Amino acid sequence: MSLRRASIKETRGEVALFRRRALAGFALILLGLIAVCTRYVYLQVYHHDEFAARSEQNRIKPRAIPPARGLIYDRNGVLLADNVPAFRLEVTPEQVSDMDKMLADLGAVVPISDDDISVFKKQVKQSRRFEGVPLKLKLTEDEIGRFAVNRWRFPGVDVVPYLTRRYTMGPELAHVIGYVSRIDADDLDHMDDEEEASYKGTTHIGRIGIERSYEKLLHGAPGYELVEVNADGRTQAVLDTTPPTPGKNIYLSLDVRLQKAALEGLAGRPGAAIAIDPRNGQVLAFASFPTFDPNLFVNGISSVDYKALTTDPDKPLYNRALRGVYPPGSTVKPLLALGGLTLGLRRPTDTVFSNGQFCIPGQSRCYRDDDRGGNGTVNMMQAIEHSTNTYFYKLALDMGIDRLSGWMSKFSFGSKTGIDLVGEVEGVLPSREWKAKRSKAGWFPGETIIAGIGQGYWAVTPIQLAHAIATFAGHGIPYAPHLLLDTQDGVDSPRVAQAFPPEGPSLIRRDSDWQAVNQGMIDVINSGKGTGKKVGIGFPYVMAGKSGTAERFSRKTDAYDNNKNSAYLASRHRAWFIAYTPAEDPKIAVAVLLEAGAWGAQDSGPIVRKILDQWVVDEGGPRPEALPPGPIATSDAPIESAPVSDDSIQGAQPAPATSSELPPDDNGEDQ
Amino acid sequence: MLQQFTVRLQRFGMRLMTRPRLDLPLLLALFLLACAGLTTLYSAGGGNYSLVGGQAARFVLGGVLLLVISRIPPPVLRSWTPWLYAASTALLVVVAALGEGRGAYRWLDLGVMRFQPSELLKLTMPMMVAWYLHPRQLPPSWKDIIVVGLLIAVPAGLIAEQPDLGTALLVAGAGAFALFLSGMAWWRIGLLVGSAGAAIPVAWQFLHEYQRNRVRTLLDPESDPLGNGWHIIQSKIAVGSGGVFGKGWQHGTQSRLDFLPEHTTDFIFAVFSEEFGLVGVIAIMLLYAFIIGRCLWIAMNARDTYSRLLAGAIGMSFFVYVAVNGGMVAGILPVVGVPMPLVSYGGTSAVSLLTGFGVLMSIHANRKLHD
Repeated sequence: MSLRRASIKETRGEVALFRRRALAGFALILLGLIAVCTRYVYLQVYHHDEFAARSEQNRIKPRAIPPARGLIYDRNGVLLADNVPAFRLEVTPEQVSDMDKMLADLGAVVPISDDDISVFKKQVKQSRRFEGVPLKLKLTEDEIGRFAVNRWRFPGVDVVPYLTRRYTMGPELAHVIGYVSRIDADDLDHMDDEEEASYKGTTHIGRIGIERSYEKLLHGAPGYELVEVNADGRTQAVLDTTPPTPGKNIYLSLDVRLQKAALEGLAGRPGAAIAIDPRNGQVLAFASFPTFDPNLFVNGISSVDYKALTTDPDKPLYNRALRGVYPPGSTVKPLLALGGLTLGLRRPTDTVFSNGQFCIPGQSRCYRDDDRGGNGTVNMMQAIEHSTNTYFYKLALDMGIDRLSGWMSKFSFGSKTGIDLVGEVEGVLPSREWKAKRSKAGWFPGETIIAGIGQGYWAVTPIQLAHAIATFAGHGIPYAPHLLLDTQDGVDSPRVAQAFPPEGPSLIRRDSDWQAVNQGMIDVINSGKGTGKKVGIGFPYVMAGKSGTAERFSRKTDAYDNNKNSAYLASRHRAWFIAYTPAEDPKIAVAVLLEAGAWGAQDSGPIVRKILDQWVVDEGGPRPEALPPGPIATSDAPIESAPVSDDSIQGAQPAPATSSELPPDDNGEDQ
Repeated sequence: MLQQFTVRLQRFGMRLMTRPRLDLPLLLALFLLACAGLTTLYSAGGGNYSLVGGQAARFVLGGVLLLVISRIPPPVLRSWTPWLYAASTALLVVVAALGEGRGAYRWLDLGVMRFQPSELLKLTMPMMVAWYLHPRQLPPSWKDIIVVGLLIAVPAGLIAEQPDLGTALLVAGAGAFALFLSGMAWWRIGLLVGSAGAAIPVAWQFLHEYQRNRVRTLLDPESDPLGNGWHIIQSKIAVGSGGVFGKGWQHGTQSRLDFLPEHTTDFIFAVFSEEFGLVGVIAIMLLYAFIIGRCLWIAMNARDTYSRLLAGAIGMSFFVYVAVNGGMVAGILPVVGVPMPLVSYGGTSAVSLLTGFGVLMSIHANRKLHD
């Protein structure tokens, strides 16, 4: 039926209908196409600029070129920190099908530590799949060779060259130069945006020491290149390059020969030795022992090595010269004498009678001299020469604690010396204010008395004492000790001296004051009766100095026995020796501390001498004669002197009743 | 026998030369389009000759099919129509059965090549609708409209289930256009479109999550710049950065540096827009408009209802390709797998499109003589 109808259906009308529909459809289609085109006009004309910019942002990326770090030299141009080419194993994760298997196989060819693997895996997570991630830094030649033979087995693993920091002197200068290590997220958190931008592409940053304090000089400024990247971030082409500005080279005031002499002098004993040029504050030697190899830290220290360093009872990472605090003992006596002169409390010729002990008027409490029976009548020079406690007990008492601490603070005791190393500590200069912060009990006169001989609350760092003696030796002109001497833009550029002007006028009021104290210190070494008389034997210049033997622990019982052997005493004493030379026009000042020395002059004196001998050689001066063999018999307290009951050789703590309020000794090991 | 075959082939060739049964303007437009496609493909593929060569080979295959089919008279095609429709729909069912529980499944593996049965429907669907409406009184009645609706809905539904929303749209569109051209009353169209619009919230419930995400991403691509929004954002950047005159052939950074995803297939028109700019876009749109117009012109001159509806529907469904792909690339339509016809890289689409034009050529060859 329908077929029949179709054959007779009205074709002409249907054709017309179709024609109308086709035209209507075509009109709609044209409208649709115009709508689509409108959208393209909108994108390509009205928003062209925006999308063009986004397209450029897509493909052009600035990439930082890290600057080469500045080199570090000693004052004579001996290279101390270098950038050396090294090789590392890098793995491109996207080219490795089975990472764990590859690591296991590779471990059989080149030893890879668990540390390396855990750091590597952490970094893989943070980087793009096609970027090489360092697996093992600093390959040895042997390792490179073995890997080269097996390379075909490890697609995606490459040996890649890079520049790494090398400290040529290793442990000798670790506490001065410090080290660089890898920048971590924490470092970046502490930077502002501009600073962070300057570290784009840089992998290492100065961690401690000179590397840290002169980070800005050494780092330089990164260069940039504009690179075209694809969607994966892979570089396709370099469009433009701005070269980096390398970091400045640094010349330190250190003389490595003196540094070596200082370390040889310490001879494996924990302590510190510092030499400063009193004329300008330049640090010539800065030794702290024990020490460590800074090269271990550069490319990530292994946990085994790190544990060994941190668990070592001698604490090799501890910078004793900068951060160790010890009672200064008798080494402060010359400065106290100078204070007496400057404040008009004493004339050099004023005498004091020393009968072996000094008692505060009206109190039963007495404080001992080192020499049994005392030194008799002594003037200022003699008091320094013999280290007569009574003289200084009395002077301290006359001066009073306020003037004493006020005077001593001028030498940076109780505050930072301002040396250009990070982490310096302030130590303790006894004062009413200092004690008031810690104790409700008021200030006792006895505390003033023992402050006069560098005991009690006193705590100084070796750099503070070295700075103080250098300031004195430099006729009182205070220079902040500093290690930076010159900078240099590149190896072929001239060295540019860095100015470190004095921090104030001379502390010396009259030259005669200085001469008097200087004479006392000359006599310590040269009078034939002084506490340091053997230190200067055979030395071509006149040397001046002062010994100091500080007590480590307060004495509570009579168990202390001066007659015991040196080892026993060493376990209870800090041995100091400070000196400068030539006495008439000092050019070098030295301070040496032994953490466990029996007596200042006997144990630390030879170390000072060794440094000064080297200095004379370096200066081209007359060759010093060797120090005579055998022990240096001089000491602050002759061995035969017996202790006075319930008292101390150098004062120690005044009375049991007050001692409980006193702070611990220098390192809190006791009480 | 071989000799006999060669003789026949020679005769066929002779006839082709002397009495062109092909519409030359349409053929020329298709040729230009294919050339534009290959040129863009060369750039989008990074100067890869084998890519261009492969696509050219498909064009040749499609061209041969076009020639062969143009030799089949429309009445013959009409007589095959129900069987072709039934067969292609049956294949869809097979694919659906094979793909049970395997996620997206669209392919039949024939050993030598894989093909998508849904591609066949792009042609058999308008054929079937035209076949059904051919003997009926036009404009169609509600009953006819419902039957046609079912003829469209079953295969389109199967394809949408695969899930392949783009192809389902093209297939349904081709059928719907045949119905439209048959003169279905405007008020009925309005009613249907209106109720379809009202059904959108319902349809939303039946969409796959990934399809919904595509729509969501389209509405706010910047909300997910590295995930679903990446395609749209990078495509818009490519188009927009092209400007009026484009960056020049082979200078489109978005595709050369791989920022543009799928830049040889679905998003090739973004490459074209980036390199040839608005001028190129308008030129290509004019070419498409000409092709569609020419198809409708051939339809108007066709001899019978079946030919008219089929030719018109094929021409109009060409518009769906262009509008959906062009809109998708420009970020106004969701990312559905609809290629830019004869420009996008991909074999099945090129071959099936050219086959469709073969039908058009056949209709053209058998056009009625003007009275």
